[in-house]
Amino acid sequence: MSSTYTDSQGRPLIAVTGAGMVTSLGAGKAENWASLTAGKSGIHRITRFPVEGLRTTIGGTIDFVEVEPLTVPDLSEKLAAMTGEEALQQSGLEIGDFPGPLFMAIPPIEVEWPQRTELARATNVRPVTYPAILDIANRYPQHHARFMFGGIAERTAERFGTKGAPISLTTACASGATAIQLGVEAIRRGETEAALVIASDASMTSESMIRFSLLSALSTQNEKPEGASRPFSKNRDGFVMAEGAAALVLESAEHAHRRGAKILGYIAGVGERADGFHRTRSNPDGKAIIAAMNLALADSGVSPDDIDYINAHGTGTPENDKMESLGVSTVFGERIREIPISSNKSMIGHTLTAAGAIEAVISLLTIEHQCVPPTINYNEPDPTIELDVVPFKARQHRVRHILSNSFGFGGQNACVVLSAEPA
Amino acid sequence: MSQKRRDVWITGIGIISSLGEGMEPHRAALNDTSGRGPVLDRDALAPYPYHPMCEVDLSAQIPRRGDQRQMEPWQRYGVYAAGMALENAGVKDNADLLATMDMVVAAGGGERDISVDEAVMTKLAEGASLGDRAILEQLNGDLRPTLFLAQLPNLLAGNISIVHGVTGTSRTFMGEEACGADAARIGHARIAAGQSEICLVGGSFNAARPDMLLVLAFAEAALRGEWKPVWEREANPGAVFGSMGAFLVMESPEHAKARGARPLAKLTGIEADRCARKPGEAGEIAHRQWQALSPSTEGKPLAILSGASGAGAATAEERAFLTSICDVRPDTAVRATGTMLGHGMEPQFLLNLALAALTVSDGNIFPPRDATGLEKPLSGEVRHAIVTGWGHWRGEAMALVEAV
Repeated sequence: MSSTYTDSQGRPLIAVTGAGMVTSLGAGKAENWASLTAGKSGIHRITRFPVEGLRTTIGGTIDFVEVEPLTVPDLSEKLAAMTGEEALQQSGLEIGDFPGPLFMAIPPIEVEWPQRTELARATNVRPVTYPAILDIANRYPQHHARFMFGGIAERTAERFGTKGAPISLTTACASGATAIQLGVEAIRRGETEAALVIASDASMTSESMIRFSLLSALSTQNEKPEGASRPFSKNRDGFVMAEGAAALVLESAEHAHRRGAKILGYIAGVGERADGFHRTRSNPDGKAIIAAMNLALADSGVSPDDIDYINAHGTGTPENDKMESLGVSTVFGERIREIPISSNKSMIGHTLTAAGAIEAVISLLTIEHQCVPPTINYNEPDPTIELDVVPFKARQHRVRHILSNSFGFGGQNACVVLSAEPA
Repeated sequence: MSQKRRDVWITGIGIISSLGEGMEPHRAALNDTSGRGPVLDRDALAPYPYHPMCEVDLSAQIPRRGDQRQMEPWQRYGVYAAGMALENAGVKDNADLLATMDMVVAAGGGERDISVDEAVMTKLAEGASLGDRAILEQLNGDLRPTLFLAQLPNLLAGNISIVHGVTGTSRTFMGEEACGADAARIGHARIAAGQSEICLVGGSFNAARPDMLLVLAFAEAALRGEWKPVWEREANPGAVFGSMGAFLVMESPEHAKARGARPLAKLTGIEADRCARKPGEAGEIAHRQWQALSPSTEGKPLAILSGASGAGAATAEERAFLTSICDVRPDTAVRATGTMLGHGMEPQFLLNLALAALTVSDGNIFPPRDATGLEKPLSGEVRHAIVTGWGHWRGEAMALVEAV
């Protein structure tokens, strides 16, 4: 094998030859990129379900895609299909006969309230009990496959003809990055020459919002929805929940070249380190997130001096942005003042399971257009966070190497380095 | 690119189930011939029998009460079993090693608050609507923040990081039975390829859950009524849930030798695939997997630990496959572990890997429990075991475990 196709450690170079995305800003890369670089927000008042009495009444629901019935698995699967098709079309690979496995980040799945309502109303037993609805559950065989954890990936694997056992995974808000990581590792092991990575999250229901509210994780700036997501601002008060999906076609560079595919960029490296400090907070020493970034850089062979842009996790929670700022300042030292770092979540909210993959696709667009999308809503900079967050306006900038961060509940920290050309 | 593949050893096992905690009570109960039978609770979820978790002193592995309170039972079982596996591997107190140890967890959904669900469903049945302020306020008031964290699948891994300090990499797979096999497959592949040196792989399941039963009940895949051994459920098919936690420490031989650890067994290979279960498809996949894994065991006594659930179609297809194997390999012994342990969804395959390691390290397979004749006695030293997993719906997996 020619060294053109291997990285500095002798492993196959991982090329991205197709990408797709959908967020509350719209479907497809073109529409999203236009809005992201125009500083537009996709956050709005929620109309999907009644919000009266909820602490948070805004979010980034995707209301322009219809499924019946509207459940988390049905909509998540649909978004996955849309982005998978966009990515495959771009890659030039045949839809329905993908030459490798599927790695899929999905939200947790369970029977939902509309279906529980259906069951409760179908039984004559009062008060309604689980034994009572269990007795009539067999009238709803369609809900079995619908609410299997493996159901979305099963149907997606069938749709795209991926090979082998599909993997459904969750590492909370780092899931999208973890899915990329698993695809990269599989190709590096030589198990496959291509991997389809999809991360999809359409989990906005009244109960899921209540759950995050109970952890005081969500912004309650309901009056002006588009201004609520305020990463790195002094007055940030939580993240804004949102839906979205992204897909990436990963291939060994050799495979991509052999079939003449256009390469959008490379996944140069991945890094991960768990944090055992607390269920929802990072260790104040920042060691795990610092290690995750350093491991990704070391894995990629890209020096910290060569990172041109950081696609931040930047959720807009007081805790995350403080810790991420500490982390990047430690990893990059004084140079952090010269590296633009922006949060896509200021515009599209926090797409949870999908975030890492969506932000990887946005990073590839950043490389393609040599333009960094902004952090909007940066009206009151946090004086303790001295970062160049690219406020309000997109910026033309030379970008060869990007670090993309993803951190999640449960001590999950995963980072990805994306490059225009191999390091 | 052609990295040298390495062997993968199993150097630690932690199992907990209705039969007890640790290897010894499992060995004793599975080999028992006094007719003791499985441990079953026939009342709590009647008409659905299930295998309840044994009495367990959580503080032995989860010393801080505060940590215990942050978890629901499925997570406690998993964190407990993980601690046992780390102890068994001799790494429990090696903080430096644990800090870079890899982890792959197979997890299902967290537990719902049954009483809140029932109260809200009653109101909804009586005419309230989902968007009513009263319903939202009830959910807002009655759902506990800790319950949410206990519902997130990746918080089993998160709690293992917190309680045991395993903080290298942490990946959680979902997807019922198949994800247990995939967790083992990825942990194994990473070590074999040199991407990892030591990896904690496992999962856990709480059977005492009507909310989880509901998902199977949609497909009539859970057994109602009289309990029978897995292969004897033809007239009344269905899975019987079993509570369990099963964790394995997988390790490269170099890494194990360097710290003076001995292998319990070798995990030679794992194959996993999927199909839409058109007639014969799953059997074809299983035969391919058998061809990939079994040749080295030719002519030697072989145990086949089946993860058959008892659910109708999948169990019948797996039985047909196993029968065809036994026809050509008379020196095989099939055992459906679900008969004594129940069906534990995500960790089922992992528990069977642990029992396979136990089997080959002991050198003998426990006796049959099957009046249909598929399970047969086997004599001779058993140094090879195949583990199968067909799920109750999707996912075909097979592994080979061998004595070292």
